[in-house]
Amino acid sequence: MVERTPILNFLTHVILFLGFVFCVAPFVIVVIAASHNLKDVNDVPMSLLPGSDFWINIKTAWTTADLGPKLLNSFIMAAGVAAGKVIISALTAFSIVYFRYPGRMLIFWLVFITLMLPLEVRIVPTYAVVANVLSPYQTILDLTGLSWLIEKISGVQVSLSLGLLNSYTGLILPLIATATGTFLYRQFFLTVPDELTEAARMDGAGAVRFFIDILLPLSRNNMAALGTIMFLWAWNQYLWPLLITTDQSHATAVTELKQLIPNVGGIPEWNIAMAGTLIVMLPPLVVVVVMQRWFVRGLIATEK
Amino acid sequence: MASITIRDVYKSYAKMQVVHGVNLDITSGEFVVILGPSGCGKSTLLRMIAGLEEISGGTIAIDGAIVNRLEPRERGCAMVFQNYALYPHMSVAQNIGYSLKVAGVPTAERTQRIQAVARILELEQLLDRKPMALSGGQRQRVAMGRAMIREPKVFLFDEPLSNLDAKLRVQMRSEIRKLHRRLSATSVFVTHDQVEAMTLADRLVVMNGGRVEQVGTPSEIYSRPASRFVATFVGAPAMNMLEGEVTLDGLSLLGGSRRLAVSRAGLPVGTKVAVGIRPEAVRLVAPGTPGALNATVDLVEELGAGRVVYVDLDGAAFSVMTSEAVHPAPGSAVGLQFSEADLHFFSSETGSRLDVFKASVPVPAL
Repeated sequence: MVERTPILNFLTHVILFLGFVFCVAPFVIVVIAASHNLKDVNDVPMSLLPGSDFWINIKTAWTTADLGPKLLNSFIMAAGVAAGKVIISALTAFSIVYFRYPGRMLIFWLVFITLMLPLEVRIVPTYAVVANVLSPYQTILDLTGLSWLIEKISGVQVSLSLGLLNSYTGLILPLIATATGTFLYRQFFLTVPDELTEAARMDGAGAVRFFIDILLPLSRNNMAALGTIMFLWAWNQYLWPLLITTDQSHATAVTELKQLIPNVGGIPEWNIAMAGTLIVMLPPLVVVVVMQRWFVRGLIATEK
Repeated sequence: MASITIRDVYKSYAKMQVVHGVNLDITSGEFVVILGPSGCGKSTLLRMIAGLEEISGGTIAIDGAIVNRLEPRERGCAMVFQNYALYPHMSVAQNIGYSLKVAGVPTAERTQRIQAVARILELEQLLDRKPMALSGGQRQRVAMGRAMIREPKVFLFDEPLSNLDAKLRVQMRSEIRKLHRRLSATSVFVTHDQVEAMTLADRLVVMNGGRVEQVGTPSEIYSRPASRFVATFVGAPAMNMLEGEVTLDGLSLLGGSRRLAVSRAGLPVGTKVAVGIRPEAVRLVAPGTPGALNATVDLVEELGAGRVVYVDLDGAAFSVMTSEAVHPAPGSAVGLQFSEADLHFFSSETGSRLDVFKASVPVPAL
């Protein structure tokens, strides 16, 4: 039932406004802090009137933390992860929903169970694998005695090694596997009427053709929604980039923010730190604003 | 143009068998309608012809070549679905032309063929629209266009008219009929609507419980139903059925309360039969008329051109269709008269037709 009385309207707007203030206040404080000079930002309490050093602080933050290349790194990683997740989960869900093969449900549940194993839990083995992608194969060869055999016969010592530390691939790949995306797609594919599949079969389209011509265009909104969420998620990743980028050239903007945070005993340049935060916050904000329309459509019921 | 030969085809899902050994020959260019109540296996049969459903046993041959193992696209069939199944993200032209695109037909030829089909179906103005912006009838025509453009050997229709409103359904019915005359491609049309079936079919296949009950022209099926099921399923209002038993001097109906003097031509005395008579074959006469059965009027349904009079015959419901201007009041007594030629006899045990009563003299009630 929809109530429409002036008092209730007023009340709901008050609640809405309080929620808005609650969400926006920290952001506003960051903006204000970023506009103060060193002295004002360390005043207790800090003045809530904006200062005049905003652009200077932004510029300092940009050069101190070398944010240009870092933002690019972040962007490559976030876009790569988002694209990878969208593709992988669409393919997985396509296989699970549209093909009948033994072990189909087992695979679905295996994918589902990974929901309970976030990156943080499996970070040590994941690091080991990324450090040398071929190490599992090396182990298999060693355990079966094959590497010993090869060494005896040819005199060549088998030592497989392919490291992904300090590379975009290493940054992106481990973050791509996703159960949420697969699940989202599965739910969507289940709502696509069977008759559409059959019509495509009658029209002579094979599985791949059907996937590309019919399913993907229909799941545009889902892709946008999933892509947006995953972009934000990947952009905000901290632990993984911190672990595998020992070299500055591949560091991401989020991890580099710590460069701006004043050390104990150092100069308390919180105005610079806040300015850096603002810069790093901006790209995800733009993505959300741009994608909002599709994003919302992808998460609510499908259009009919 | 192709013939379809169906031999001993059955279909089972896990443990349940839904189609039990169907045999059917469809000649080239014929319009065959498969009619039956929901769940009778008619759609399953159609989908087995299309290749959308695996054939559990038996063979289906198109033009003499067995197609059991062929993919739908290799069978040369086109199908029109109940919900049209148009691709929502494609325009009308793209929808119609999709099969050609998949087949790799060059764009120029494709456009030309789309235009040609659109002209026949009067869709030329709508080619750029999306299915969402079309009315039900227009969507239906797009679905037909999608089937037509491939110039298939066989057209398959899976209840394509059941989502349309009554008026449009009648219109599309005649359009499908005209289209068939024009293309004269073999067509198989599945429906549960008997009016649709009667009007469209060259030949009608009546199915029930996964079996073919009868195959024949619409008029054959109407005038000589092969089984009790066909008799009651085809025709509206449904044929009246009275339980009876063959006696020495004719028939005893409804446990002996009514009797008819008919020749029993070879049926042994004591045979249990079901006697069927179409509502339109019964005449209403004054109660007590010699040779008429007396009954009480329950309800009169006005149809405009005629009336359906529901009467009570010793507890058994019985309907009479009359075009005469009679308006018997509910509760009043009437007489029912019919000739022996209009009676259909079915075995009470098997439900199959018994062809023994032949005379065409007015039936005197005893």
